[in-house]
This record gives sequence, C-alpha cells and structure tokens, in this order.
Amino acid sequence: MTAETGKPAAVPAFGDAVLDARLVVDRGAFRLDLPLTIGPGEVVALLGPNGAGKTTALRALAGLLPLTAGHLRLAGRHLDHPDRRVWIPAEQRGIGVVFQDYLLFPHLNALDNVAFGPRRQGLSRHRARQRAARWLTRVGLAEHARRKPRQLSGGQAQRVALARALAVEPALLLLDEPLAALDARTRLDTRAQLQHHLGGHTGATLLVTHDPIDAVVLADRLVVIEDGHLVQEGDVATVIDQPRTDFVARLVGLNLHRGHADGHRVRVTDGFHLVVGDRHTGDVFVAFTPSTVALHPRRPDGGTHNTWPATVTGIQRHGDHLRVQLAGPVAVTADITPAAAARLTPRPGQTLWATVDAAGTRVYPATPTPRAEA
Amino acid sequence: MTVRRLALAAVAMAGLVGCGAGQTVPQGDAVTGDVTVFAAASLTEPFTRIGEDFEAANPGVRVTYSFAGSSTLAAQIDQGAPADVFAAASPDTMTTVTDSHDHDPKVFVRNRLVIAVPDGNPNGVSGLADLDRPGVKVALCAPQVPCGAAAVRALAAAGVDLTPVTLERDVRAALSKVRLGEVDAALVYRTDAQAVAADVDGIEFPESASAINDYPIVVLGNAPNKPAARAFVDHVLSDAGQAVLAAAGFQAP
Amino acid sequence: MSRRDAVAARTDRSTPPPRPRHTSRVPVALLLPAALGLLFLVLPLVGLLVRTPWSTLPQRLTEPGVLTALRLSVQAATLATLLSLVLGVPLAWLLARVEFPGRRLVRALVTVPLVLPPVVGGVALLLVFGRRGILGSWLDSTFGVSLPFTTAGVVLAEAFVAMPFLVVAVEGALRGADVRYEEAAATLGAGRWTTFTRVTLPLVAPGVAAGAVLCWARALGEFGATITFAGNFPGRTQTMPLAVYLALETDLEAAIVLSLVLLTVSVAILASLRDRWLGSR
Repeated sequence: MTAETGKPAAVPAFGDAVLDARLVVDRGAFRLDLPLTIGPGEVVALLGPNGAGKTTALRALAGLLPLTAGHLRLAGRHLDHPDRRVWIPAEQRGIGVVFQDYLLFPHLNALDNVAFGPRRQGLSRHRARQRAARWLTRVGLAEHARRKPRQLSGGQAQRVALARALAVEPALLLLDEPLAALDARTRLDTRAQLQHHLGGHTGATLLVTHDPIDAVVLADRLVVIEDGHLVQEGDVATVIDQPRTDFVARLVGLNLHRGHADGHRVRVTDGFHLVVGDRHTGDVFVAFTPSTVALHPRRPDGGTHNTWPATVTGIQRHGDHLRVQLAGPVAVTADITPAAAARLTPRPGQTLWATVDAAGTRVYPATPTPRAEA
Repeated sequence: MTVRRLALAAVAMAGLVGCGAGQTVPQGDAVTGDVTVFAAASLTEPFTRIGEDFEAANPGVRVTYSFAGSSTLAAQIDQGAPADVFAAASPDTMTTVTDSHDHDPKVFVRNRLVIAVPDGNPNGVSGLADLDRPGVKVALCAPQVPCGAAAVRALAAAGVDLTPVTLERDVRAALSKVRLGEVDAALVYRTDAQAVAADVDGIEFPESASAINDYPIVVLGNAPNKPAARAFVDHVLSDAGQAVLAAAGFQAP
Repeated sequence: MSRRDAVAARTDRSTPPPRPRHTSRVPVALLLPAALGLLFLVLPLVGLLVRTPWSTLPQRLTEPGVLTALRLSVQAATLATLLSLVLGVPLAWLLARVEFPGRRLVRALVTVPLVLPPVVGGVALLLVFGRRGILGSWLDSTFGVSLPFTTAGVVLAEAFVAMPFLVVAVEGALRGADVRYEEAAATLGAGRWTTFTRVTLPLVAPGVAAGAVLCWARALGEFGATITFAGNFPGRTQTMPLAVYLALETDLEAAIVLSLVLLTVSVAILASLRDRWLGSR
C-alpha cells in the first residue's frame, strides 16, 4: 500500500487522509512549501525552529492567509486551491483553532466563549449553551462556566480554549503552541489532559510546537520543517532515534554528525574520525547523547577510541546537571554531573579533553528515505 | 506750534473729503499713540474709512478697532477691556456700560430698519404686512440685540404679528440668511442692506420711523489715551466724518 | 525566549493581579503642572459661581425659557450622538481596519470639522443642506423637507461638529484592539458582521463609550454651527448655548444662571453614565 499511494508508512494506520494539502505561501523572500496529510484521529506535530514557517502553515490552514499555490482539501472539500480559484474563508472551514495565548473573548464568560462557535452554526442560544456546558464538563470546568477569562488560571483558560475549538466539532483541530504559555507545573497536568482529549477527537489534529516533549507525548507523527521546507517526517520513535538535521538533533538532545563510514570508522571532517560501535559503509549519521560525552582536565590514559581536545564555549544548567557546549574538530554538547562540574570547574575558553565511548554512538544511513525520494 | 499743527491737520482732513473745516477741533497737545475703538458691527465699513482719514490727519496716531455686537462690546468694557472709545448701536446698550464716561454719550448717527429681500425682490414685498403671508420665511434679530428690539417696535407699530423662522444673533447673521436664500426677508438696518446692495434690496417701510436707532459714542472714563480718543470722537462728529457715515447709509441725528 | 516572557505573563494572570497604587511619591515635576492645569480648567467655573445671583436663582430657574432650552439641548445632543454612533462607528472601523487608497486623506478629512470654525461649518452646511443647497434644494423639491430652522437641523449641525470626536476615539480604540480576536471569531464560524457586532464592538466598548461622551459633550455645548445652520427660535432651535449667548446681550446674570444649569446637568449626566459604562474605578 505504501508503494501504491506514495504515503509515508505511518499514515495508513489512520485510514484515508482527512487533510490533504500542499501548502505553498510566498511572503517576500520567504517561501513555505509543505506537503501535509493527516488521517482521521491522527495527531501530527509540526516542529521547526523560529521562522521556519510553522505559523504561516497554521494560518494558511485556518483560512487566515491564502495559499500562493498548491492545494488544501479537508474531508473531501476543497478549501483553498489557487489554480482553480477556490477559496473558502475561515468562517466556513469548520477548522478549530487553539491559539497560543488562547484569545478567549474577554467580554464573554467561559460558557459563552465555548457556545460562540455552536451559536454561529445556527444553534439557538439555549442549545448552544447546552453543548458548551457539556464541553466544559468534559474538560472539567463545569463549575467555572460563569467566570470571565481574566478570572481563570492559565491552565483553565487553555482548557476553555480547547473546549471552544472542539465545540464546533471540527474536521481539523489546530493547536498553536498550546502549552507554551503555561508554567512548568501546570504544563505537566494540562499536557496529560490534552492528550486525553486529543485521543477522543475523531478528526485530524495538527499541533504546532517548539517543545519536543509535547510532540513526543501528544503526537503520532512528527513533521519537521526548516526554512519553509519539510526536512524530516515520520513516527515519533524514528525521528527521535534518527534525526536528520541539526535542529532535530538539538531538539531531541542529541549530538549529530554526518560523515562517511568505513567499517567502525566514520570520517566526520578531514583528519577527524569517530570510532563507532556498528559497522557501516557509505554516508551515515552518527548520533550520541550529551551524557555519552565525558570531559577530563587532562588527556586520559585509557584506551578510549574517541579522544580530542575541546574548548568550552558555553555552560548552562540543564535539569540536575550542567550542559557544556564545546568547540573543537567537531562541535559537541556534553552533559556533566554536579560532581564532575565541581572537579572540572569549566569556564568558557578553557580547554578540556572530550571522550566518547564508541558503544554509546548510533549510526544510520544518511541516504534519504523512500518517502523523500517519492 | 502744536496748535498750528492741529489746525493744519484739521484743514488737511477737511480738504480730504472736500467739505468745510470741522466744527470743533480741540485745542491742546498733539494727539499721538494708539487709540482703541470698540464699535458696533454695523459701523465696520464707515469707521474703517474714518480711521484711515483720522490717521492720515494725525500721523502719530494709530487706530485699532474691535467690531462686534454692541452688547458683547459693552460686556467686554464692563470687564475691563482697555477701550478708549465706544460707539454703540443703541442708547440702551450704552447705559449698560457702568464705567464712568468721560462725557455724556453723543448721538452721532441714526439708523432705521428696511426689509432686506433677495436682489430683484422675487416675492414682491412692499411692506411689513407682506411678511406675514404664508410661505414667506422671515429672519429677525433676537429681541435682546438692538436690531431685534427695533423690529419688535416696528412690527407693533404696523400691527403685524408674524412668526419668524429664526431670531438671529445680530444684523449681519440675519442678512446672510437672506443672501444665502434661506429666508425670503429679514428686518435689518438700512446701512447693512446697503453694504451688500449687490445681493440684497432694501425695501423702505413707513413704520420704521417708530424704530429709529440712535447711535451714541463716548470716550470712556478710564480710556488709556483720552486726548486721542477725544480727537477721534470729534472727528466722527465733524462734517468729514458725517459725510463718510452718510455715504454708508446712516442718517444724521 | 518569548516563551519565558509568556510564562511570566501567564503566571501573573493566574492569580488576581495585585494593583499597586502609587499615590505617595508623585514627582513634583508632574504634580505642579498637573495642579496648574486643573486650576486653569476649574477657575473659570469658580468665576461663574462667584458671580451667580444666588438670591434670585429660584425665580430665574423657573423662567419659562430655561427648561425649554435645556430640554431641547439634551434631546438634540443625544440625537446627534446617536446619529454619530450610527455613522461614525462604521466610519472608524473602515479607517482602522480596511486598507484603501487615500485612507490618509480620508482620515484627515474626518477631522476637518474639528479645525473648521463652527460658524463656517454652519455656512457650509447651509450650502449643502440649505434651501438653495446642493442636497437641500433636492430634499425640498422632492420630499418637501427643509432642514434649516428645524430641530432636525440642530441635530445635524451638532453631529457635524461633534462626530469627529467619536470617530477619532473609536478609531484609536479599534487600532489598539487585538485583531487576533477577530481571527479567532472567524475560525469559530463568525462572518465579518457577526464578528464586528459580537467581538469587535464589545472589545472596543470603552473606547466607543468615551467617544460618545466626548461627542455628546461637544454637541451639548455647540453654538456656532447650530445658530448659523439652524437659526435661533425658542422651543425649536434655541439650545442652551444660544440662550446663553443672547442672554449675554442684555443680562449677564441670566447668562451665568443658564450656563450653570447647562454645566450642572451635563456633569450629572456624564458622571452617572461613566459609572454605568465604565464601572466605578
């Protein structure tokens, strides 16, 4: 089936695509060109650095920005097709959006915010409020129905925004950084609830996010764009395991280097080799976690394969350890324990010795996947 | 020397308008400096002319005018406006100036009402009774201002009870309603109608005799420049001044 | 980066925001001109109060013309404000939300009545809506409608002078309002009109209220355009400012009494509306 339809392996599990789009938007020098399909009940996370075009894609889907070219079809209906002069405005698309800062109408209480969409669908005020009340109950906010947005906490506002978007029973739900505005603790709870509600959503869901954890927890499939273009797509495990760009690698917290493999040796740059655990031949990616990188004040004596001098360029706290950026023949990131940090006292500009255990590396071919070839 | 200059000035002034010498020219110091004249709006054109003549005759003098409704001017004088001369459009208004006068107000001209109608008199108005015809829109001055008080007297004398569409704040405003075609007639001063003779015809009517307006003029008690103020008043009262006022449609007192 | 800011902002919002009130320690450099400014605005009112003939006030207030002029003033100013709302709010929306060629020029034209001397405005209105005016002659011949010297003319003259205050205030509010709320409404199925009435207007309601108050106050005090366009006739077109002006011709104390009545009524109405619209702050 994969060969016949040319769709990525992950999609068939969700049946025929609800969303079928190629989003092409020109904005000055920037061009977004993103093929995107989402199946029923599938949650796709759209990842990318700032300025990659995530917001542009979301606005184009929602009908807040017209496509320059390409097409956008939702549940069999053409919503935007410049070549055929088809353009359905936002209010007729039936797409639910949860905006980054929710944009709950400040003059309406929670119930009327949620009832706003059903009311526009032609329901009487009474029926719309009934439906809104059901949704508020579903997100656990029945007792907050009469509160104005400014009286809600961040997490509550997020849930009202979700209920408001879902109350129109959209074929496509768009979530723009839905957890970004929350503090760390609220985010944990809200993420879990969001996961629950997305699980119940039968339409397609696109989640735009910076946060790899959101993506991992909430999404079935990841779509990564950089500079307006698709750079990697696939199920979560594959993308995390085998990042194909620096951005994805950093996102999932990996050191990633591309090189040419000859057995256990991978030439990364001229005159610098990494020794790896697996045997490969040809162009490959070598990935290893920052905690695989060990730092030493002097050149270690042991028989470690990968040892090189590196200069500290930056230090940050990262969870309960320190993350150290290093320059050298290859740029790497190392995570060290507080104990190691106390011993090393790393300072920017200081030269240390880095070692990487060959067994801690992962190697996979750099040749593009069949999907990208198609 | 100063006497001679003044006499010369008086002669020169009289010569300008081609009449005989002025009746009284005060004997005293040469008049110099600024003289501020508050005058009723209806005096705008003749007084401007008279001021030019006066300045030409008295090179050291500069005349500054404030033209407005008499009552407004009276209120301003009351509140301490630095005026030398006040020329009002009615004796009543003059009495409201509580400030002590330099001398008793002198009536220097009189004005009477005419019916102002659009040029060519399209409605064929010939007297006050015609203004009461249905469909004829009339503007009067508000009774609080002199031309309105005069209109009330004239209409009473004629036994005409008409309802105007508006009671205008001053005679110029009433006249402009005629000129713009918004009303068919207005009761205004003869002088005002004459000033816009191109657009407006002034119809004389007999009852205006009972509503003649006397214009008094006075040097104010606390005039900053009394000598010049007195000279100006004298000039207005002189034959030369009267000739200019007559040319503007005013009648001699 | 921006996420951290957002988190901080969010945390602030999740608890009821504490409102610090810096009443102490007002810098003298601000306090002094502020006090002078207030004094400058209030002193003329004191002047009126000083000269008010308190002993004869009761008789003067019950004189027949006073109540008539007051009622007409309040009615005309209110109607002028309603007219300005009906026409001015959509105009403000157009200026704030729609890109069209010549928008800057239109924006400048809207403020013309602000700089035009009101008497000139009245003459201009006569030239358009007068008996011989461009539209007025047509209105007269077609419908037999003549606006000058009527109460409708008063409303028209007041609206002409006062509407720019409303338009400018509402346009400012619209420009300050977050357009993304309108986008959110669109994604929920609201068309432009519904979005305007259900989302945009409620969002800028304080601005509309402020504009309406300014507009009403300006209309209430309107003199020049009104007397020029609508004339002056008691009970029909003589509003309080006109009555004050004419009273000034003969009787300063009567003029002061009328002014005080106008001031008292307008301040009372504005204060009560402010509480209702903006809540007590």
